[in-house]
Formats: sequence, C-alpha cells, structure tokens
Amino acid sequence: MRIYADNAATTKMSQTAIDAMLPYLAEAYGNPSSLYALGQEAKDALERARETVAGIVNAAPREITFTSGGSEADNQAIRSAAALGAAAGKKHIISDAIEHHAVLHTLKKLEKEGFEVTLLPVGRDGLVRAEDVAAAIREDTCLVTVMYANNEIGTVQPIRAIGAICREKGVLFHTDAVQAVGHLPIDVAADNIDMLSASAHKFHGPKGVGFLYAKKGVRLVNLIEGGAQERGKRAGTENVAGIVAMAAALKEAAERMDETAAKLTALRDTLIAGLSAIPHAALNGDPAKRLPSNVNFCFEGIEGESLLLLLDDKGVCASSGSACTSGSLDPSHVLLAIGRPHDVAHGSLRLSLGDDATPEQIAYLIEAVKDVVEKLRGFSPVWRDLCAGKTPFLL
Amino acid sequence: MALYSEKVMDHFRNPRNVGVIENADGVGEVGNAKCGDIMKIYLKIEDDVIRDVKFETFGCGSAIASSSMATEMIKGKPVADAMQLTNKAVAEALDGLPAHKLHCSVLAEEAIKAALKDYYDRNGIAYDASQFPDCAHCDGCVCG
Repeated sequence: MRIYADNAATTKMSQTAIDAMLPYLAEAYGNPSSLYALGQEAKDALERARETVAGIVNAAPREITFTSGGSEADNQAIRSAAALGAAAGKKHIISDAIEHHAVLHTLKKLEKEGFEVTLLPVGRDGLVRAEDVAAAIREDTCLVTVMYANNEIGTVQPIRAIGAICREKGVLFHTDAVQAVGHLPIDVAADNIDMLSASAHKFHGPKGVGFLYAKKGVRLVNLIEGGAQERGKRAGTENVAGIVAMAAALKEAAERMDETAAKLTALRDTLIAGLSAIPHAALNGDPAKRLPSNVNFCFEGIEGESLLLLLDDKGVCASSGSACTSGSLDPSHVLLAIGRPHDVAHGSLRLSLGDDATPEQIAYLIEAVKDVVEKLRGFSPVWRDLCAGKTPFLL
Repeated sequence: MALYSEKVMDHFRNPRNVGVIENADGVGEVGNAKCGDIMKIYLKIEDDVIRDVKFETFGCGSAIASSSMATEMIKGKPVADAMQLTNKAVAEALDGLPAHKLHCSVLAEEAIKAALKDYYDRNGIAYDASQFPDCAHCDGCVCG
C-alpha cells in the first residue's frame, strides 16, 4: 500500500485545478497587462479568480493580492504592519512561539531594525491564550500575528477571540492561515482579521502561488518593485494559470469542506486512538482543537528520521520534527514550545491525512507505525536504559 | 536521487551485529540523546582479537548504518587494526554520506575507540591517550 500522509507539506493538485489552469498555459497565455484581446482574456480570468478567492473568505476582491505563496504573503503582511507602525511611532509586535519560520524569521529581522517583539508562550496543548494577547498589548503595539492553525501539531488557535481583542484595542491583526484556508471555514469579517496569508499548494492548488488578504485601508508595502500589477503592490507579471488553478482548487475545497472535515476528523481520531496504544507515546497538541487532517506523536526512545525512512519502505510518506530532518541540531521549535524535552522531540512523527483517506489506510498506518517503532526500539540504547529503569520515562 | 546510497540503506534496513554482549570485554557509549544520536558498542576480545562486536544505536538512518558498517569493519580484526579505523573509512565503505551526516561516521569511530579504551582500562593495558578523541568536534553540538 502507498499512503501519502504528508499533506501539511504539500498536496496533490486536484484534477479540477489542473483542468482550470491548462488553457492559460497553452491558449490564453497573454499578459494581463496587454491591451489586445489575448491579454484581456488573461486579465478577465485573473479578476474572476480574485472574486472567487475573495468570496470564499468573505473579503472584497480589491482586498486580495496574489503572491508567490504563503511565505511571501507573511513577509509582506508583517513588513506592511511594521511600516505603518513605525510611521506612527509604534514599534512593538506580538506573536507566539510556534509560528512558521516565514513569520519568526521576518520578526527576527525587524528586531534588528529596532522593533521589539513579544513571543507569547503556548500551553502544553499548543494553544495561544487570547487573554495573554490582551495582556501583552501596549500603547506602542502595531501588530499581533498569530497563525490560524499550526503546521506541525495542527492546533487551531482562538482566532476570532484574538481578532476581537485586537479590533477593540485598535491593533492590526494578521494570521498565517496557510494550513487553514481550504480546510476550515474562514470569514475575515466575522473573525476580525485585518490580514491573512494563504498558499495554494496546501489545498490541492499548484505550488508557487498564494494570496494575501489585507483589509481595505491597510496600506501594503512592496517586497517586489517594478510594475503596476496587483494595484502596484506586487510587481511582476501575474502567474495567471497558477492563480486560476488556485481559485478553482479553493472553490472545490470550500464546497466539500464540511463533508471532508467530518470524514477526516473521524479518521484522525481513530488514528490517534490506535497510535496511543503504543507504550510511551504521546499525542502532540490539543486532541480536539486541531486540524481534521493532523496527527502528531512523540515516541520515546527512537529518532524521527529513521522512523520516516522505515515508513517510506512501507509506502508511507510522513514527516518529523527531529533535528536530523530539520537540518539543524535542534528539534522542532514547536515541540520544544509545548514542553517536550529534546530527547523526546527527536522521536516525533507527523501524519497529515489527504481528503481521500480511507479507514483501510488508517488501519495500515497504525500497524506500520507500531512495527517501525518496535523495530527501532529493539536496538536503541536509550530505550534499553528506559526499560531497565536507568533513566525515567518521560512519556 | 535518494538521500542515501544503496549501501547506507542496506545497512540501515538490515543492520549487522545488532544487540548486546553480556560480559563484554569493552563497552563504549558516545553521543547525547538531546542531540539525537547515541551509539553503544560492545566488544568481545580474545588474544587481542575482536571475536565479536555488537551495537545499539539511537539515531538517524546514517547513524544506524555507520554503526553497522563500523562493526563489520572491525569484526575478527586485531585490536591494533581496530584502533586504526577512521570515520573516513566508514563513510567511504558506505559509498559516502551527505555532508551534514558525516558526523555519524565520526560518532561510529569514537564509539569503537571508547569501547577499546574501556578494554585497555579494564585490563591495565598502557596506551597513548592522544589516540583517543576528546570530542573536540562536539563543540558544534550545543543543543539542550
């Protein structure tokens, strides 16, 4: 059996999205900035895509800027809020410890440029507390940026409550919704969101395209100069085919959202129950306030990369927060932030289910993970010491 | 292009000399669980020849493969030969390791040397302390 269980990394493009994009590669390939019919055909498609995307998150079309993806949208949102803040003498930004690096690294840069950043802790459940946000807001706070759903442990943050606090205090609120758009119902008006980032390839669209929602009146600064595209806020000839495909993918995902979420939530909970039966294993993140597709576990006594390689041999594509897979010496900052010690964080596994997941796949995944964990523990000196009582079990 | 060579994958999937030796003549453990790598080597030595060797490893694919290959390279060899095993030889025998995984072969060399040092210490055999690494390379391992 072959199971792609890494949908938080990227998803397979839907046939609907592929069908939508092809005409804009082969036939209607004009530049939307050109005045002749071929160009205007592309321009029309671009604007229809904008209307579709805007409608799904309850925004106005002019509030949507197409980007190269989630990272660019995060960078532009944060830079824009920082520029607005600096102009008003406000140079304090609030975020949290489990954000994506597209947010954290941008904030690090801003710190070097004289901004002060408060990173709120999360609880062991991987959730940001809205009251912590309220308490951290100061006179000079220009931005609160909290992700909608975490990419590693899947926890869904209290966005509406945080948004309401920011609205009341008059502070801009951005959310990196890369993992949430197309999977959870999002309403930027009801959720009190001023800026939101999204990426097409997380909801069965193509890679290299995403969007930034910025509420009317929030003035964006350019990351890329050079043309009048995207109302002058993002230069470069638009990725028309990619944008059209993104809109088609998002429309389809939105139409099926309730059905998919219900199905995946049930499968997710079966998978969590199955993996919980493995001794000295623990679920990472709140069991209920999490994405319908996300399962993330730590297994004591083993290391994540070897876990992934053996799962690959069994046809399972998954991911881990171990240092070996992150390319650094430290394991995932998210797992450390929810209080997992280094030793345990190295033994993490993320399974992110696809829309087409089946009960048979879940049963196979449970058995495959059990087998692999048992095999690796069989020759782990760490596991031996734990079992011998030389070191205490942490899970 | 796969992450690892076929040889690495073979030793990772089917590691040789896995296990423990009760009453071993030398045991060496190196690495740190916080950093995600621990290797433990057990030696059975008779007449200055390594009659048996076993290992246990907590770590990534290349750490497991490096342990397996290193044990194969010293099994049946005189102790003096085993002392000459280098991380480079282990990595070459595996048809190479990705640059950021070379430390796994270093760990394998050190684990074997630590086990040999234990053997020397237990038997009161004199040795040149400079032959044993002081883990200066571990400076990079500052996690935890």
